[in-house]
Amino acid sequence: MFKKISTLFFLISHSMKQHALSTAITILSVAMATGLTMAVFSMQYQTRTAFTGGTAGFDAVLGARGSQLQLVMNAVYQLETSPGNIPWSLYQAVKNDPRVKLAIPYAVGDNYFGYRIVGTTDDIFTKFEYQAGKHFTVRPGGKYFDPSKREAVIGSYVADKTGLKEGSQFKPYHGLYFDPKMQHDEIFTITGVMEPTNTPSDRVIWIPIDDVYRMKGHVLRGSGTEYTATEGKEIPDAVKEVSAVMLKFYSPQAGFMLDQTINKQGRVATLAWPIGRVMADFFDKLGWVSKILALVAYLVMLVAGASILASLYNTMNERRREFAILRALGAKRSNVFSSIVLEAAVIAGAGSIAGYIVYFIVFAFASLIVRQQTGVVLDIFRMHFSMLAVPVGMTLLGAASGLIPALKAYSTDVSKNLDPMS
Amino acid sequence: MKILEMKNIKKSYRSPEGGTNDVIDIAEFSVDEGAQAAIAGESGSGKTTFLNLIAGILRADEGSISIAGRDMETLTEGERDLLRASTIGYIFQTFNLLQGYTAIENVMLGMMFGPGADRAAAESLLERVGLEKHFNYLPRQMSVGQQQRVAVARALANHPKLVLADEPTGHLDHRRAMESLKLIKDICMEKGAALLLVSHDRDVLSSFKSVKDLSSINRAEKEGVQNV
Repeated sequence: MFKKISTLFFLISHSMKQHALSTAITILSVAMATGLTMAVFSMQYQTRTAFTGGTAGFDAVLGARGSQLQLVMNAVYQLETSPGNIPWSLYQAVKNDPRVKLAIPYAVGDNYFGYRIVGTTDDIFTKFEYQAGKHFTVRPGGKYFDPSKREAVIGSYVADKTGLKEGSQFKPYHGLYFDPKMQHDEIFTITGVMEPTNTPSDRVIWIPIDDVYRMKGHVLRGSGTEYTATEGKEIPDAVKEVSAVMLKFYSPQAGFMLDQTINKQGRVATLAWPIGRVMADFFDKLGWVSKILALVAYLVMLVAGASILASLYNTMNERRREFAILRALGAKRSNVFSSIVLEAAVIAGAGSIAGYIVYFIVFAFASLIVRQQTGVVLDIFRMHFSMLAVPVGMTLLGAASGLIPALKAYSTDVSKNLDPMS
Repeated sequence: MKILEMKNIKKSYRSPEGGTNDVIDIAEFSVDEGAQAAIAGESGSGKTTFLNLIAGILRADEGSISIAGRDMETLTEGERDLLRASTIGYIFQTFNLLQGYTAIENVMLGMMFGPGADRAAAESLLERVGLEKHFNYLPRQMSVGQQQRVAVARALANHPKLVLADEPTGHLDHRRAMESLKLIKDICMEKGAALLLVSHDRDVLSSFKSVKDLSSINRAEKEGVQNV
C-alpha cells in the first residue's frame, strides 16, 4: 500500500513540476475560491453574532417613537441618525421603575472628525457592564470626566485614529457627520482614554450630558417650547431631552411588560427590546443577501473545481504517450486513473491550504472596514465550521473534477500511443 | 525450461474499410530461459505487434501465450500488468523515456510497478551502462546513445526474466549500434534474463546464434491474408 502511494506521489510530483505554471495558476484560483468562501461564511457568522449577541451590554433602548432598528443602530452601534428625542421626564420615569436595574441617558448630536460625541452621566463608567463583570476602564493615569466640567473620555479607537490623548483639548463639531464649518466654540479636555472593549463604544467620545445641553447653538425642546441654556444657570428638568435611554432590566419579564406598556399601549416612545432580537430581525430581513453571497461562494468553488478539470484535461493529449509508457512498464489502469484523481485532489488540497492565506487577507481587510464603520471587532482566529468544511469540500470537489481526465487517462490505448510501430 | 511459449496466436486489426487485417498468425514459438534470440522482419511486418502480444500490452484474438509458465489468456488485465512489471523488460525503438524524469528516475520507474523503487539498484544499473555521471540528466540533456543506455537500464530494473527489444539500435550509427547491442546482450546474460530482439538490421541479426525470420513463423505475413 505504502509502495503504491509513494509511486503515485512520485508521478504526481513530476506531473505538477512539468506543468508548473498551469498548476500554480490552478492552485491560486482554488486558494482564492476557498479563502473567499471561508471569509464569507465566517464573517457572516461573526457579524451576525456580534450584532445579535451580547456586545451591546444593554437589554433595551428607549427612544423617540419610530423604528426600533433605527433606535438600536443609533444608540448602540452609533450608525444611524437619531429618530428624535424624548423628554427627560420619561428617562426619570424608567429610571425610577423598580423593574429597571440601570437607565443611562444618551444625548447625541455632535461629532469630532466623524467620531460621535455622546453626552451621558458617569453611570456609564461606574454602573454599566458592557460584558458580565466588565466596566469601562480608562488607561492608567486617566480618570472619568467630572460631570460639572467640560471634560471628555474617549474610546481607544478614537484615540488611535485622531491622536487625541489624556490632557488633549478639542472642539466638537455640530451634527453626526463631520463638517469643518460646523465647529463649536466650547473646548473639552480629555481626562481619560478607555481601554479597548472591542465594542462600538471604542469609537465614542463621552462627555457630561449637561455639556451637550449647554453647547452654543443647541436648543432644548423638552417642554414643547425652545429653551437655550445660560451659563451659570441650572437647566430645568422640564426642558431637558435625551436621544435615547439605555436600559438594563432585572428580569426578561420586565422587558416584556415595558414592551406592552410603551410599544403596544403608549404613543410617546419606542422601546427596542430585546436588542439582539431587533438586530436578528434585521439580519433575517437581509437573509436573501446571505443566501446570494453563499450562492456566489459556492459558484466560485465550482468554477475553481472546473479550472482543475480544465487544466488537467488540457494536458491529457500530451500525456497520452506518458500514460502508455507507464502502462508498458507495468502500471495498471487503476494506477494511472488514481494518479490523476490524486493529482486533482493534491492541487485542490494545496489550494485549500493556501486559501487560509487568502482568508486571512480578506478577513483582515474586511474586519478593518467593519471596525471602522461599526466599532465591532471580528476575531480573525475564531474558528468557524466553514474553515474546516470548505477546504475539505474543495478538496473532494477537486478530486471529483479529476474524474473525467482520469477516465481519459484510464482508457489510453497503450499500443497506439507507443510509437513507432515496426 | 521455456520462459516464453506461444501457441496458435492470431491477431488482426480492423481495417479502415471495415474488414480485418490479419497481422499475426503464429502456430508455435518459444524462447528458453536465459536464451538470446532474434527475430528478423521488415518494417511493417508486425514485429511490434508480436512483441506487444508477448508483453501483454495487446491481447491475442486466439491462442495462448505463456510467460514463465503463466498463461496470459487466463490472467486479468491487472494480473497481466503485474506480470509485465515483474517479469518482462522492454526496450523500445525510440526508447520511450519519460521526458520530465531524470535518468535515475526513469530507471526507478521501471521498478515501481514491480519489485518497488530502489535507488541504489537504479544507480548500480546506470553505472553498469556507463552513465554514472548522468544520474540527474533529463533525456533531452543526453545523447541518443546515452538515452538508449538509460532505456536498457530501465528494462533491466525490475529483474526481468525476459527482455524484449524492439529495433533497439535503430537510432544509432553502426559502431554505436554494435556497442549497444553488446551491452544489451552482456547485461541480459549477467542478469540471467532471456533476450528476444526484433530487428531488420542484418548486422544486428548476424550477431545472434538463433535468428528466425518473422515471415517464416507468421502465417499471416506469409499468406498476406486479408479477411473482409
